[in-house]
Amino acid sequence: MYRLYAELVRIRFLTMLAYRVNYYSGVIVYGINIGAYYFLWTAIYAGQETLAGMSVEQMTAYVAIAWMSRAFYFNNIDMEIAQDVREGKVAIEMIRPYPYLLVKAAQALGEGLFRLLFFAVPGMALVSLFLPLTFPPTAEAWGAYLLSLLLAFLINTELNLLTGVLTFFFFRNDGLMWAKRVIVDLLSGLILPISFFPGWAQAVLNWLPFQAINYFPSMIFAGAAAHRAAGEAIMLQALWAVVLLVPLTVLWRRARRNLIVQGG
Amino acid sequence: MLQVLRLFADYLSQYFKTRLAYRADFFVELVSNLLFELTNLVFILVVFQHVSFLHGWTRDEIIFIYGFFLIPFALFTMFFDFWDFNERFIIRGEMDRILTRPVHHLAQVSLESISPDRIFGVFSGLLIMGYAAIRLELSFAWYDLLVFAVLVVSSVMIYGGVYTAIAAISFFSDSRTGISPMIWNIQNYGRYPVNIYNGIIRFLLTWILPFAFVGFYPSAYFLRKAEWYTYALLTPVMGIVFFALGLFVWNLGIKRYQGAGS
Repeated sequence: MYRLYAELVRIRFLTMLAYRVNYYSGVIVYGINIGAYYFLWTAIYAGQETLAGMSVEQMTAYVAIAWMSRAFYFNNIDMEIAQDVREGKVAIEMIRPYPYLLVKAAQALGEGLFRLLFFAVPGMALVSLFLPLTFPPTAEAWGAYLLSLLLAFLINTELNLLTGVLTFFFFRNDGLMWAKRVIVDLLSGLILPISFFPGWAQAVLNWLPFQAINYFPSMIFAGAAAHRAAGEAIMLQALWAVVLLVPLTVLWRRARRNLIVQGG
Repeated sequence: MLQVLRLFADYLSQYFKTRLAYRADFFVELVSNLLFELTNLVFILVVFQHVSFLHGWTRDEIIFIYGFFLIPFALFTMFFDFWDFNERFIIRGEMDRILTRPVHHLAQVSLESISPDRIFGVFSGLLIMGYAAIRLELSFAWYDLLVFAVLVVSSVMIYGGVYTAIAAISFFSDSRTGISPMIWNIQNYGRYPVNIYNGIIRFLLTWILPFAFVGFYPSAYFLRKAEWYTYALLTPVMGIVFFALGLFVWNLGIKRYQGAGS
């Protein structure tokens, strides 16, 4: 059983490797994004030492880390599921002797690992030449970051599976998937650390899973979360990873009963 | 031209028929487009809770620039949505079908990928711009409406030209290039006053990929920033030059095109 998923991860990894030009331009895209935010933030800070408890160096480092973390947890499996449903392929997938959603998750992991190794690692090396990045000082701190990143991947993948499975009920839900992507980017702390939001917004966000996707791992990497805070963040992430399984399981059960093949 | 207009009406009705078949999705997509526009607004609003100036620009000025930017951007995505041009027309061989038809190929490609629902971006842009204009107590002359129309059309032409040229690259190399997401990200630079960037990026945004002409330079005219007037006035010239360039590269590509796909 385990070997099957390892193989799925490997195959997706190799598929990603095949589109090499896409990969090079991807690195540049991330570079441009980080660059744009770098200039924007230096202009915003102009003359001020700290904003919302972060210095300009911490801020630019945070943005770089946030984008690099995104490289790992980001994937398009919701779109893939929607396409399988629309083209009727999902009927075949469902009579195969392995759980469809786990297959999708394994493929997402293959994609994430590819981006992490060929994208985030060289990207970080490149960025650290220009920005004063501080890497986690101890093996323990590295471990905390990687664990947090893995949980972030799990939570984001669960959200993607959820929006993907909704295609079974709405037949077409590109709008919802697009909305989910926008919401995750904004509320996860990718473009703006959560600590910048006004107090009431932070209070609301504390009850949502989004900050577990980017804000927690990025803060742990930047060393901005103290020893205990990091532990609590990871616990909270683990909790969300489990909680999200509930709606996913319920929806998936109903989806299998409701399946209407639209063509293919 | 008349023929293209008639086709436009036909494509429009077909578009709404297919989209409204999945009504819920259509409305959710409208909302999520709005959400996307709000993200950038939220960014500006949150940041200005901590600072009062961005390189000498006030919050409302930045909001005004963003509002203006949304209008040509919406019109551009409505007519020049060439995002998956390579995938759809080259790799799947749809271009061969287009070329056997009597209407101009670029017009056909544009019509086939048209997304009229983007028109709502114009309204949100006007709303955001209007809000900022009232807060800034901007005054307008009667001819400003005309200037506005000319600037918006020029901005759309700049966008259209750049993306037509990028789509045309597919004629020369039929593999996936991933170049559009790259350019897509560069346009994010154009939404803020260019004087916050270093010289190289400012030059790039002005003369190579002139996205600063889509938001910042034209807005500077309405914000009465006299030091940027020359650039604002240059917008129509850049529009014509870059659209012509895009068309030129496209036609060159069509001549080179040998047909691909399965």
